[in-house]
Amino acid sequence: MSDLALAAFAAETGAHLVEEPRERRFDRFRRAFDEGEYRASLLARNLRFVGRNEPEYPPLLRELHDPPPGLFVRTSAELGLLRRPAVAIVGARACSAYGSQVARLLARKLAAAGVVVVSGLARGIDGEAHRGALDAGGTTVAVLGCGIDRDYPAAHAQLAARICDHGLVVSEYAPGVEPAPWRFPARNRVIAALAAATVVVEARERSGALITADFALEAGREVFAVPGEITSTLSSGTNALLRLGATPLTSATDVLEALGVDAPEPPPLELDEDATQVLDVLAAAAAGVDELVRGTGLDAAAVATALAELELAGAVTEAEGVYRGVRP
Amino acid sequence: MAVSSVARVLARTVTHALVGLDARRVEVEAHLQLGVPGFAIVGLADRACQEAKERVRSGIASAELEWPVRRITVNLAPAELRKEGSGFDLPIALAVLAASRQVPPEALGGHAAVGELALDGRLRPVGGVLAAAEGARQAGLSHLLCAAESAAEAALAGVEPVPVHHLAEAVAYLRGEWQPPPPDSLVVSNGNGSGPAVPDLADVRGQERARRALELAAAGGHNLLLGGPPGTGKTMLARRLPGILPRLPPDEALEVTRIHSVAGLLAPGQPLVTVPPFRAPHHTASVSAIVGGGPSPRPGEASLAHRGVLFLDELAEFPRNALEALRQPLEDGAVSIARVGGRIVFPARFQLVATMNLCPCGARGDPAAECSCSAARLAAYRDKLSRALLDRFDLVVTAPRPRARELEGAPAEASEPVRLRVSIARDQARGEPLQRTKPANVLLSRAVERLPLSARGRARVARVAGTAALLAGAEAVAPEHVAEALSYRSPAELGTP
Repeated sequence: MSDLALAAFAAETGAHLVEEPRERRFDRFRRAFDEGEYRASLLARNLRFVGRNEPEYPPLLRELHDPPPGLFVRTSAELGLLRRPAVAIVGARACSAYGSQVARLLARKLAAAGVVVVSGLARGIDGEAHRGALDAGGTTVAVLGCGIDRDYPAAHAQLAARICDHGLVVSEYAPGVEPAPWRFPARNRVIAALAAATVVVEARERSGALITADFALEAGREVFAVPGEITSTLSSGTNALLRLGATPLTSATDVLEALGVDAPEPPPLELDEDATQVLDVLAAAAAGVDELVRGTGLDAAAVATALAELELAGAVTEAEGVYRGVRP
Repeated sequence: MAVSSVARVLARTVTHALVGLDARRVEVEAHLQLGVPGFAIVGLADRACQEAKERVRSGIASAELEWPVRRITVNLAPAELRKEGSGFDLPIALAVLAASRQVPPEALGGHAAVGELALDGRLRPVGGVLAAAEGARQAGLSHLLCAAESAAEAALAGVEPVPVHHLAEAVAYLRGEWQPPPPDSLVVSNGNGSGPAVPDLADVRGQERARRALELAAAGGHNLLLGGPPGTGKTMLARRLPGILPRLPPDEALEVTRIHSVAGLLAPGQPLVTVPPFRAPHHTASVSAIVGGGPSPRPGEASLAHRGVLFLDELAEFPRNALEALRQPLEDGAVSIARVGGRIVFPARFQLVATMNLCPCGARGDPAAECSCSAARLAAYRDKLSRALLDRFDLVVTAPRPRARELEGAPAEASEPVRLRVSIARDQARGEPLQRTKPANVLLSRAVERLPLSARGRARVARVAGTAALLAGAEAVAPEHVAEALSYRSPAELGTP
């Protein structure tokens, strides 16, 4: 039961450790280490630790050749949800409106089907994936690349708090560990390992999201990539993945089928005439309000009314003034 | 020369000094003494006021009057009040002339005077005549001697203006040798005066959503934020807002005129400001330029936009402290400036209209361009606007770049019919506030649950829904009005989901 000592030792030395090092320093540390006291201090901060040999440790994570000695967890929810089928949604931090909308929609659909959405709490795609899962009232897991007590990026502190209510924030790093660039690839291996499938929404070439995809392939998991415009550098990474043989993602159902999860029957939409007309125009292509006004012949007020109703029904999303229809 | 009694060498005129927007009575006393000839102005006069010496002297000489060869002391009382500007020239000249008996001192009774003298004796208009005239009326003075250009402005305050073009005319009037033209020849602009030309909405092609938002903003007095890539006509639209706002009612017109008069912004021949003002300070403006300030505080852009529109183009480029300073007037409708000498309150009840790009490089929202901003730069750009400020915008519209074919469409609706609808909605808004129907309340509650909508956001949606209902001429706020209002809530990318 020295997993906690190992994690605490790694935090103290600033190293990344998955095996017990054969050095005197560690032996001394372990002898002086009071596990009971450390666990109490974690508990006092509402944190938990799940060691590699404990039953709650996610089985998928154990399949890694270098599984973390344990996971620190921040949550008010059950640890058991780590055993539920999970999908990782990852992508660029500086994403386009298309990317953020796809990430959010996808997360919504997957979460609604009971799938846990795993991501990295970063800005951009990651954040949208978490938000989408929360929107649908589902569960989501954020994997940090820094100490469990840190919110990184700080702008997502509130998002992290919301995730804690119904999902988990996890990290292999003990409290106090600073975020460092080299820790993020290690974090990505945890994201890939926790999920049965990984979806890359938008990625440039040499993006961190591609590292996650690599880990997923290495672990023998399914990798999906969202096709993007071939002219956009934001999609060069995902399109390269597709060329290498990743599965193109065309809807959330593709993922659910691969996981063997049944998609829930979408509740029938009761739409009035205006809303139906707007949705028909959006089915052809994403559009701004002005284009919808021209496409439907309705006035701006009526289009705005229809869009708000559709948005509440979850049938469209908006980003930067452009609305996209969501296939039921 | 025999020593004269004091009464024979002392004379008084009354004028007004501005403290903020208020006029404070100032007595100008001129005293002639024997001694080395000289001219001194005492009583906390600033530099422009001290220079009155030279102008008054030249003015009197040019009017072919006599400059008394005496030791002249002019006192501006009360002495503790700081006097600024050139409006004291005329009262000083008249006091000196009265003290030397070139005009009868008793003729000055019931008169206040304000105006700047040119070296040839002509009278030039100064700012703040309306406030001075109001001060005169409150002090029980019936007449105001002022430059001919300012006469109409003075008449607004209900005193009888004595318009004079030249110091000699003022002297002739006081001697009873000349009468000013009867007041009915003064053209006081009535409520529907043309005013400065405002660009028309018919010039804007496409942009149906932003136009609708503009109409809602005009009808409800809502603050409006237009987001989108550069070149989508955000600024063009915003500049057309004054054209669809109703004309100012008389009491508000007077308030606005007072401020603009103090700032010296009244257009010649347009004494009364009847068109809601439109102020567009540049983003390099300082905090005091925006909210007002200075050693003796002057109204800033926020006050100049009182009862009108304050337009901030490229909102995120403004210094953050200038934007935060706007929160007080947005909340209270007034700016209060504290100085050691006291606190001055300028009214500042304006409608805020702003535009911003979606990112620093401006490419976001434009399908033809790719944004090159890093995540950190993007975050810094958005962090510039506090949530507290963004919360003040009832209407947020993000307009993507229009496609070329939208610009080829037929000419759009002109400003005039829109203004008519806005006026009707505003008239109705004065009555009982509209109730929400039960389904409308259900929809609003559902939206609060479904969307991350704060209590403030809920109030915002309710306000806009009320305006939409008024514009539609509805009896009550129906669900479709709430739904439309929901579509203008701040989108996530602007910081307030």
